[in-house]
Amino acid sequence: MRFLSRYSALSLARRALTAARWSRAWRAAEPRAAYDVIVIGGGGHGLATAYYLAGRHGIRRVAVLERSYIGSGNAGRNTTLVRSNYQLDGNTQFFEHSLKLWEGLSHELNYNVMLSQRGQLVLAHGPGQFDVLARKGNIMRLNGIDAQLMDRAEVGRLLPFLDYSASCRFPIYGGLFQPRAGTARHDAVVWGYARAADRLGVDIIENCEVGAILREGDAVVGVETNRGRILAGRTAICVAGHSSRLAAMVGLRLPVESHLLQAFVTEPIKPFLDHVVSFGAELFYISQSDRGGMVFGGHIDGFNSYTQRGQLAKARTVAECAVALIPAMSRLRILRHWAGIQDMTPDGSPFIGRAPLRNLYLNAGWCYQGFKATPATGWCLAHTIAHDEEHPLIRHLSLDRLREANGYDEYGLGLKTYRQ
Amino acid sequence: MLRITCPHCGERDYTEYRYGGDATKTRPAHGSGDRDAWYAYVFEFDNPLGAHREYWQHVQGCRQWIVLERDTATNAVGRSWLARDGEPR
Ligand SMILES: Cc1cc2nc3c(=O)[nH]c(=O)nc-3n(C[C@H](O)[C@H](O)[C@H](O)COP(=O)(O)OP(=O)(O)OC[C@H]3O[C@@H](n4cnc5c(N)ncnc54)[C@H](O)[C@@H]3O)c2cc1C
Ligand SMILES: [Zn+2]
Repeated sequence: MRFLSRYSALSLARRALTAARWSRAWRAAEPRAAYDVIVIGGGGHGLATAYYLAGRHGIRRVAVLERSYIGSGNAGRNTTLVRSNYQLDGNTQFFEHSLKLWEGLSHELNYNVMLSQRGQLVLAHGPGQFDVLARKGNIMRLNGIDAQLMDRAEVGRLLPFLDYSASCRFPIYGGLFQPRAGTARHDAVVWGYARAADRLGVDIIENCEVGAILREGDAVVGVETNRGRILAGRTAICVAGHSSRLAAMVGLRLPVESHLLQAFVTEPIKPFLDHVVSFGAELFYISQSDRGGMVFGGHIDGFNSYTQRGQLAKARTVAECAVALIPAMSRLRILRHWAGIQDMTPDGSPFIGRAPLRNLYLNAGWCYQGFKATPATGWCLAHTIAHDEEHPLIRHLSLDRLREANGYDEYGLGLKTYRQ
Repeated sequence: MLRITCPHCGERDYTEYRYGGDATKTRPAHGSGDRDAWYAYVFEFDNPLGAHREYWQHVQGCRQWIVLERDTATNAVGRSWLARDGEPR
């Protein structure tokens, strides 16, 4: 009975008190010969797309093809920050739509994605940087998004353990706080979308690697996989760091390079850091996990690679940032660090929409920001596939924007993949 | 740690260098009005899994630009040479 397989206090009590067992969260589906839509890539984006295709657009003959297990890519490797403090028109609205979807997601999916709106503080270390944050905060507020500018004293009350000493290399001048920003449990997001999509009839097919994309003239008609040929009315590519390889299967070159981003976690300690904090002097951000580990990350390693093994030099840079920001961090040991293959674009923004071939849709180039975008990407890509026309929220993220000199360089870093 | 050999200074940590991107692209002719060629040159990448040829500048050494062969699947490095000299025969 369907209501009994919903997760609820009742179903929990029933299983605690009886011998009833939990059923699999999603079926281990066998590939069928043909689908209406195939989504390549079982990360957050692919699964969310399949879920909204089935749930909002009534397209239920959908398969998600994942070459390994779902969430084995960046969805399971990221530092889980969720926020909507973006200043370029288009981005501001897109990421706020995503945050609003996050706010209802656990309820919608009937799966606790552990959204923790603990607030994010972005620091400024001088008046110039503070002005930039003030401008960004104003843009956010004009769009109805929460933002609070804080001076040094206010930051000091919020985070008394940062370095406020006179000898500090990058003195804290102030910051911009977004109270609704925070973190979510990355694996739960993957599992939650997978389970909800499965219940709507979507086939989630793991250990299924796409090796070729089938064409008839200028239209894509399906894929060749290690589990056989699968035909599809429409095909979407959501493979993050592997986007160039999939695009090459249909002869496309993308404005994407694959770079490594690392993440680090320390031994667990008692609750200490209640918010997400971003350093302003270098790309560095930190939060504390529910288990107690300090989770942090920095800049990409700086040269393209598919190794998923980061360079040790970055461990040193992020450790220096951590101690510069929070001197007490010097006592902590790093337990683990890992890397994900990030799809970097020259302007640091992604592209989503129709590909230059019929019935093919591309979603790639998410750089550092694809986790927070997961719900809105799925929402907009599903719409784009269902209507064969881009959703209004993603029109600025077209594949050919760089050709038209309409780059979306949110941080003004220069049009180089490795600088973003 | 990735180690890169500079023809002048010998084998050094990659952190002494600055990365300069794919070295296999051909720059359109000076003054060319071919927008597609410029777009491909500036913004598109082969981004291969495997053999790659790329620029690095030895900023903390002799400051010369070099070309390095590296496998993007393993980071194993191959030959390197001064960019201005072209590939050695
Ligand atoms: C260390 C790190 C920290 C990050 N921190 C944040 C953060 O704090 N906030 C944020 O918003 N973003 C963050 N990101 C970025 C974010 O994780 C990604 O942008 C996002 O996860 C990408 O979308 P995805 O979940 O669909 O990708 P993935 O999970 O990578 O999914 C792509 C899937 O495609 C599969 N695939 C590849 N090739 C094939 C094939 N041929 N056939 C079938 N399947 C294939 C892969 O196995 C993979 O599972 C971070 C990334 C990294 C690496
Ligand atoms: Zn040198």
